Amino acid sequence: MNGADTAFVLISAALVMLMTPALAFFYGGMVRVKSALNMLMMSFISLGIVSVLWVLFGYSLAFGDDVGAGLLGNLDHIGFKGITPETLTGGKEGIPVLAFALFQLMFAVITPALMSGALADRVKFSAWALFITLWVSVVYFPVAHWVWQADGWLFKLKVIDFAGGTAVHINAGIGALAAVLVVGKRIGFKKDPMRPHSLPLVMLGAGLLWFGWFGFNAGSALAANGTAANMAMNTQVATGAAMLGWLAYERIRHGAFTTLGAASGAVAGLVAITPSGAAVNAFGAILIGLVAGAVCSWAVGLKFKLGFDDSLDVVGVHLVGGVIGTLLVGLLATDGVGGLTQLGRQAAGAFSVMAYSFAVSWALAKLTDKLIGFRASEEDELSGIDQAFHAETAYDFSAVGGAAAARGTSAHAEQQIRNKKVDA
Amino acid sequence: MKLITAVVKPHRFEDVKKALQSFGVKGLTVTQASGYGRQRGHTEVYRGAEYEIDLVPKIRIEVLAEDDDADDVIDVIVAAARTDKIGDGKVWVVPVETVVRVRTDERGADAL
Repeated sequence: MNGADTAFVLISAALVMLMTPALAFFYGGMVRVKSALNMLMMSFISLGIVSVLWVLFGYSLAFGDDVGAGLLGNLDHIGFKGITPETLTGGKEGIPVLAFALFQLMFAVITPALMSGALADRVKFSAWALFITLWVSVVYFPVAHWVWQADGWLFKLKVIDFAGGTAVHINAGIGALAAVLVVGKRIGFKKDPMRPHSLPLVMLGAGLLWFGWFGFNAGSALAANGTAANMAMNTQVATGAAMLGWLAYERIRHGAFTTLGAASGAVAGLVAITPSGAAVNAFGAILIGLVAGAVCSWAVGLKFKLGFDDSLDVVGVHLVGGVIGTLLVGLLATDGVGGLTQLGRQAAGAFSVMAYSFAVSWALAKLTDKLIGFRASEEDELSGIDQAFHAETAYDFSAVGGAAAARGTSAHAEQQIRNKKVDA
Repeated sequence: MKLITAVVKPHRFEDVKKALQSFGVKGLTVTQASGYGRQRGHTEVYRGAEYEIDLVPKIRIEVLAEDDDADDVIDVIVAAARTDKIGDGKVWVVPVETVVRVRTDERGADAL
């Protein structure tokens, strides 16, 4: 066993774990007060659901031996069957399979959580939980197999996706678009102002994402080596450049350097460097970052023109950023790999994941809607789904007697709150 | 007895409060308010989506004064709140029938 690699992968796994709560803050700050907790929970619940599914069958479907044609793993490792603390990846210099499985689990956790931003303010929490259960099982586990398992068909096609441009970002971005088309727009989309309720929370989330992303990207080397160092450096450089790209576009187009733009630009850069960072040098990373920042800054406006309510721009940032990184590495890859042939492979990878994920995500969203109804009732959506699904409010705005701000501040409601406190 | 209500820019509030204290006003009530007058609102931009924000944050100050003092209190507030830029706010005065100090049950001018 290689101790250095094992330590690095375990630490990276913990860093990637932090990205899911970070994403919760990033998204949570962007929604209105009345659904802030729901937005946090849509990400956080993924840590629960996917962790359990991963042990039951997820790891086996993604990284079990291929069943044929590079499409799916077999069921040999259901319930982690055959994996002991002593089982290693590769030969004697490998790392424990459990370390690899833990690291990969964190990717499976954050990918469905990424989609939640597109559905802000308006879906039932139970329906969301069902949807991501189905989605990781039928979409994420197979696609991870295609891209990262040695027999996966995109892996064999030599598509470069170092840390998840296709499997994570394109996959989640297009899946989110499909879900939005099934669920529909928020009431008041394009009419009512829907301002972020806490930009400091958004910035906190973006900062923690940036931090955790070193584990996501450099950790994907699965070894403490030069590839990891190159990836870590490029992650930093591309993210910085993307923030500048976004802010420059915004200053020219809208006249201000916004906080939300800085945070969004950084995330766009992180997305774009994810597939590409290990195969380019630092100048390639700067170029990828600048392009991703500027193009994503433009792309987030598309939803208003095309009329789909991707509330927090999962498509504009993750799909567009993922495609930019996945395609650009085809041209910019060093060591004589980059060129039109590689660009063709990258396009094949990006578009096959898009086609599969869009079709299946749409079907799963429809299925969820048929089974239990995806969308919250109009009344719940208007008054805020925090109270409807979580029986909580994010902030106590009522200075009177320390009581929670209940829906309808009648004496009856106040009395009910008091009674419940006694029970607790 | 008069109730003087002033709506002023938030950053002028500290000066208004100090000026009223120097004048001898013994108490006041303050509320965070929002509204618009001729100033109207402003534009905010979030990921390129521009929102017209009509309501501007203001501070609403309420002061009780005896009839003879009311005009002076108004002058003090106006002088302290003025920036000569649009959006400086308003002051208005209404008559008050009675005032009671809750602790002692004093009435009228004694309760101020």
